[in-house]
Amino acid sequence: MNSSDRQSPWVNYVKTWLLLLGLLAVNIAVAHLRLGGWNFFITLAIAIIQAVLILLVFMHLHQGKNENLVVACAAYLWLGILIVGTLHDYLSRNWVPGPPFTR
Amino acid sequence: MLKPKYSRAMHSPYEKHFESAEQQRDTAVFGMWIFLGTEVLFFGGLFMAYTFLRWASPVTVEVGSRHLELPLGCINTAILLTSSFILTMGIQFSENGRPRLAASLLAVTAVMGIAFLCIKGTEYLHVIHEGLLPGPAFRIDRVMSPDSLRAGMIGALGQKANLEPQNVVPTVAELFFWLYFVMTGLHALHLLIGIVLCLVIAVLLRRPGGVSRNAVHNTGLYWHFVDLVWIFLFPLLYLAGHW
Repeated sequence: MNSSDRQSPWVNYVKTWLLLLGLLAVNIAVAHLRLGGWNFFITLAIAIIQAVLILLVFMHLHQGKNENLVVACAAYLWLGILIVGTLHDYLSRNWVPGPPFTR
Repeated sequence: MLKPKYSRAMHSPYEKHFESAEQQRDTAVFGMWIFLGTEVLFFGGLFMAYTFLRWASPVTVEVGSRHLELPLGCINTAILLTSSFILTMGIQFSENGRPRLAASLLAVTAVMGIAFLCIKGTEYLHVIHEGLLPGPAFRIDRVMSPDSLRAGMIGALGQKANLEPQNVVPTVAELFFWLYFVMTGLHALHLLIGIVLCLVIAVLLRRPGGVSRNAVHNTGLYWHFVDLVWIFLFPLLYLAGHW
């Protein structure tokens, strides 16, 4: 653990909070732009940045033991396996959404 | 000889099977992180359902999303982010030897959580009064109201969507609202547990006996996790169709 982290955690917390609120404002603003298919990915990317900020600063992931970092990454990795694997199932079978799902 | 990994701390009591109090603390935090990992997958199933629904019927999901109360959702997100900040400050105070101030901040966090639940309840009432509660009373004509259909809307995958009423599928619209209620409802249940935890820790902090550092730290982790889930729920549910 870095000793300098202990000296001014308050400043880091306030900065992170303001950054989180700023990213929320950006997210809402971007959602109102007409970007076609990119809307979804950009808003999701901003959410991921907010999540990483909370994980590192508020949940002390960067200054704690490495095992916690491994568990946090593993959780999202397993979620990624769930989503990628399921979509892979549909896409690899050339399954297109039929009724009741339509585009 | 093998040197023990942890120095032997003699000032705090710890269980026999640990080498030191520090190791006991680290184990408690590690266990909490593993629990949070399982919670990610607990919500993950619902996120998978949402992913499939948005991939299979992006237009209907976006039209459905326009019926959610975006201003209330924004306020709720800001409330949760601020509550995480206040909770972190409270935990920092408790570790700096100021338990009464920490207790007050934890109580403020719990109050903000209750405010979130009240706003969410208002949102639910709005959606239900619009006739969008999934079930026998679901009104598809409310989903396809003129203000939610705009000619020339582009679908999530960039394709031009013809927003004729027949392209918005009733069963899929109902599925979207079902997902909305279940995902936010499950989140609200977790938030309620977090509120109870915060209040219990706040009460215990004011007692002379105090409360173990692990309990305070793990409560913080739980609350931040609930905030994390909402950070992902908000753009997926509320920001889907507002362009």
